[in-house]
Amino acid sequence: MQRVVITGAGTINALGQDVTQTFAALAEGRCGIGPLDIPDVDRLSIRIGAQVRGWTPSEHFDLRGLSLYDRMTQFALWSARQAVDQSGLVFDGDLALRAGVVLGTAGGGLGTIDDSFRAVYAEGKNRVHPLTVPRLMASAGASHISMTYGLRGPAFTVTSACASSNHAMGLAFQMVRSGAAPVMLTGGAEAMLTFGGLKAWEGLRVMAADACRPFSADRSGMVQGEGAAVFVFEALDHARARGAEILAEVIGFAMTSDAHDIVMPSADGARRAMQGALADAGIAAGQVGYINAHGTGTKANDSNECAAIRAVFGSDLPLVSSTKAAHGHIIGGTGAVELLACLMALQRGLVAPTVGHQRDDPECGVDVVPNVAREAQVEVALSNAFAFGGLNAVLALRRM
Amino acid sequence: MTQTAQTIFAIIAEKALLAPSDLTPETRLADLALDSLAMVELIFALEEAFDISVPFNANDPAAQEFDLSSVGAIIAAVEGLLSQKAA
Repeated sequence: MQRVVITGAGTINALGQDVTQTFAALAEGRCGIGPLDIPDVDRLSIRIGAQVRGWTPSEHFDLRGLSLYDRMTQFALWSARQAVDQSGLVFDGDLALRAGVVLGTAGGGLGTIDDSFRAVYAEGKNRVHPLTVPRLMASAGASHISMTYGLRGPAFTVTSACASSNHAMGLAFQMVRSGAAPVMLTGGAEAMLTFGGLKAWEGLRVMAADACRPFSADRSGMVQGEGAAVFVFEALDHARARGAEILAEVIGFAMTSDAHDIVMPSADGARRAMQGALADAGIAAGQVGYINAHGTGTKANDSNECAAIRAVFGSDLPLVSSTKAAHGHIIGGTGAVELLACLMALQRGLVAPTVGHQRDDPECGVDVVPNVAREAQVEVALSNAFAFGGLNAVLALRRM
Repeated sequence: MTQTAQTIFAIIAEKALLAPSDLTPETRLADLALDSLAMVELIFALEEAFDISVPFNANDPAAQEFDLSSVGAIIAAVEGLLSQKAA
């Protein structure tokens, strides 16, 4: 079995267009949620989101790319570029044949779907953009990353709603650990802030109209974001042999299913996923210093998640925060962006806060690092993702 | 019974897997064992049937402007929204 380390990270989200900007925003407790700027926003009842601003695709991609890449794929490619650059890896020879990419997304190329439906249904057109299918494929991001870097090993996209990224990164971790691939690019991307995407979410009546306040007694639901994060997962021996800078070690992963309800979470499934990740890592609960919570800001998730955390950690509770209040719920890409908060805790000893916190909820009963980042020596961090449909995936990372 | 009330009886009965005759204005929604999905479907059906917009957030069903506590309360609330629309 190989030890697995992270040697590169990249991101784009409402807090910033790279890791440095995102860390700075998390450290300052900045919130990326604001009024949405999308077509037909006046017909939405929820008009806020954590939207990526100031993104000009033509600055990053050529004409062929611009016609081929949905916004989700653009985010994935831009994040991958930063991660590969940081890692210093050059994919050639045997490495190129064995390295791969596994991404998570829930909606795939939703903007492309939205645009084409608008053209044929609303505008009465009888044709759509000829590249609509390759743009909207959920797997397009993984394909374009593989083509851009010549990764010729395993490449695919997994989808498990809000846990997609964690499932993707967990599989990448298992592939590197088992020796199936020496290097995997992994993470997730989502660009669901479209009229159709938001209309669908409105229907469930779980969205907050004003702010995302995870774990706060007055929380009123989730707020959507968009973006991506991509990491380089690499065998420790491979990274050491080339003198790579190591950001953190990935030490454990577990996935469980509630087998219970299509929208309501179960504390049992969440508890088993966290305990499974600890067992996979071979560590005791007491070694965990920080949990990046799923923390959606819904009534149902937050109290359920805290019950599961208390069941795993008893009275020796680690710090817990939800950064969704800052970068929004990035759905299939959220676990990847949230892994950055774990990296910040491990690398910098700084735990990102849960912003928007107003009042403790006695049903939660954990230290959620309200509003202000906190210095803490964190040896091990967990990242939770608990999706609709009861699909749970938890990663464990250790400081190097 | 008004047409509005009849329609609401039919909608609630369908979601609760009952006959409209099983319901009275006093029937409490809490006694109908509607799960969270049935609740949002019920509200959607009311909105579609009457072309209204019902304020409802599943995160805090108890603290709504729209009274969903009983069949009669829902009828009154829908009639309120309809009269606002007419005004």
